[in-house]
Amino acid sequence: MTDAPRDPGLSDIADAVVVRKRRRSFQIVWVIPIVAVLVGGWLAVQAILDKGPTVTITFKTAEGLEAGKTKIKYKNIDIGEVIAIGFTKDLSHVVVTAELKKGAAPHLVEDVRFWIVKPRIAGGQVSGLGTLFSGSYIEFDRGKSTTPRKDFEGLEVQPIVTGDVPGRQFVLHGPDLGSHDVGTPVLFRRIQVGRVAASDLDKDGTGVTLKIFIEAPYDRFVNPNTRFWDATGIDFTADATGIKINTESLVSILLGGIAFETPADAPATQPADEHTVFILFPDRAKAMKRPDKEVIPFSVVFMESLRGLSTGAPVEFSGLPLGEVKAIGAEYDMEGRTFRFPIEIALYPDRVAKHFKPGKRAVEQDPNLTMPRLMDQLIEHGLRAQLKTGNLLTGQMFVALDFFPDAAKAKADWTKHPPELPTTPGGFKELQHTLASFAKKLDTVPIDKIAVDLRQALQSMHKMLQSTDLMVRRLDTELAPKAKETLEESRKALQAAERTLAADAPLQQDAREALRQLGRASQSLRLLADFIERHPEALIQGKKEDGQ
Amino acid sequence: MITTATDAGLLVCHACGLLSRPAAAAHDLACARCGAGLHRRKPDSISRAWAFLIAACVLYVPANVLPVMETGSLFGSQRDTIMSGVVYLWTSGSWPLALIIFIASIMVPGAKLLSMTVLLISVQRWPAWRPHDLGKLYRIVELVGRWSMVDIYVAAILAALVQFQALATIKAGPGAVAFGAVVVLTMFAAEAFDPRLIWDPVKEERESDD
Repeated sequence: MTDAPRDPGLSDIADAVVVRKRRRSFQIVWVIPIVAVLVGGWLAVQAILDKGPTVTITFKTAEGLEAGKTKIKYKNIDIGEVIAIGFTKDLSHVVVTAELKKGAAPHLVEDVRFWIVKPRIAGGQVSGLGTLFSGSYIEFDRGKSTTPRKDFEGLEVQPIVTGDVPGRQFVLHGPDLGSHDVGTPVLFRRIQVGRVAASDLDKDGTGVTLKIFIEAPYDRFVNPNTRFWDATGIDFTADATGIKINTESLVSILLGGIAFETPADAPATQPADEHTVFILFPDRAKAMKRPDKEVIPFSVVFMESLRGLSTGAPVEFSGLPLGEVKAIGAEYDMEGRTFRFPIEIALYPDRVAKHFKPGKRAVEQDPNLTMPRLMDQLIEHGLRAQLKTGNLLTGQMFVALDFFPDAAKAKADWTKHPPELPTTPGGFKELQHTLASFAKKLDTVPIDKIAVDLRQALQSMHKMLQSTDLMVRRLDTELAPKAKETLEESRKALQAAERTLAADAPLQQDAREALRQLGRASQSLRLLADFIERHPEALIQGKKEDGQ
Repeated sequence: MITTATDAGLLVCHACGLLSRPAAAAHDLACARCGAGLHRRKPDSISRAWAFLIAACVLYVPANVLPVMETGSLFGSQRDTIMSGVVYLWTSGSWPLALIIFIASIMVPGAKLLSMTVLLISVQRWPAWRPHDLGKLYRIVELVGRWSMVDIYVAAILAALVQFQALATIKAGPGAVAFGAVVVLTMFAAEAFDPRLIWDPVKEERESDD
């Protein structure tokens, strides 16, 4: 259809079809690079905008941490990632550089805490088990300060109390850590209301300071009068009052614990302020002991063995606890060439005072009475200190203040410091004393005289025995031969008598015949008597013939 | 000597291969048989190729910087860029695999971008410069184009398969999109480029030499 140049042999080539197309001045294909640039730019801008703050955290060790993998979490949600791990200049610590998410920036303040979460089994709780599989992560805890900060020191141990748990912290001072650890439960009426948040040795090394956290709402049960004590395990005490075994809950037996209570008679006050310092008592009895307001120091000097007496042993007044032994000393007495054992005791009059009925106390009855005067009066009436065995089984001793009216006169020595009270030997010493006085009484008995008398009596007795002996001898020589003769004769007489009395003796025969004759005679006599009875006339008429 | 359709003043249909005789004054022609657009050389070949190439170059940056795969499991989540995956494979000892990923996902796309740039610049600025090598280069670029998608395949397959909610999930990251776009755009650029442009100046030079 056109007259384009034609080649011979190509005449049958079809003509192209003309179509109308709208020509665009702008090629649409260039939209693609523009879109790509836009997308890439947007991604870049977003990446820059998303880039959160970078912080550095110092740890002692980077155990379990890995750059590019370890997460930073708050309430178990990722808020960042560790991007680099390095050392401090002196190689003593590791420096973890972490990038947090953008929103974290305002929360990076002065008192923010970071710590490495690892599997942990303590204080009756198992935590961080998930990290066994996932590896450690760094936990973040928000702070309350407003001062921004970028460099942090990581905690080596997981804090028990995180910023979002309501409650209050208190400080306890104790002699030693015992079996407490971070996480040890704090019990109130055996309900767990808190935990030990931190424990540290005092700077001077004289004790430990525990920080405890009491959760709300239990924290209001802690007021300035509250006592804390070590409720760890089994409390086994053997003292002058016997053997005691005391336990808290089973959990605290296994894990230890700290219990607190406010004494019932303590005046009601406001809850204690946060960070109030309390004393950690070793057991409940000591903790609940009424604080002794008035302390009167005395000293007592014993000469006897102090075996079984220890510091803290009770001082009893007529069986009522009045004080305790504060110190035990020993000194050499130049004059007596012996040892003395001065013992310092502290008396707490309040302890006895509470047993008095109102108006019956000495001070109340006589307002002019001062303590020295009262003591002097009491000593005059025989008040003495004495060492006594409190418990035969354990041999524990205590100091008893009792009245001994028979004791030798003595006075308190007010010139000494502390004033010295007179003592009286006690226990076995007393027994010895009794024995000695018995021996003294024995001494007064006139044993010499008794002996002389006794000897005299023995001598006279000896004489008497001698004369008796003489007499016996005379009997032997004089009386015995005659007696022998007499016996001989009497034997002969008896023999003769025997012969006479024998059955075939002529005397016997004769006697038997005589008796027979006598029998017959008596028979005849009886017949005669009968006849006369029947015939009394015969006596006169004579015997008639039968035919009558 | 007639060596090409253009030399003979004819046009070849790119779709059906029919030779057509162009109308003298007309600019927009269509194949008489199949109706596809007819042109002597691909229209705006160089500028289109440049457009795709620039877009690919721009996206090449996020493709390598952003994570291509986000793995979440019980034990924590992880975001991997292509390079971190390579590094992981390399350090964990499976260096053949690391090499494959490195070549297929980082080197080849980069080499493609570079090759296309060389092709375009040489066609525009240095006519008839080593046409045989450029032709070979173009063939290679076109051939390896689709094989750069290995990473995308892996991410796509894993993302579809590993969906155990709490236990483990795998998601394709934004880098995967960018990377896919880079690969596709380079393919488009190679497609837009008309390799005959390499040879056109060679012909002219030869003719002038003759």
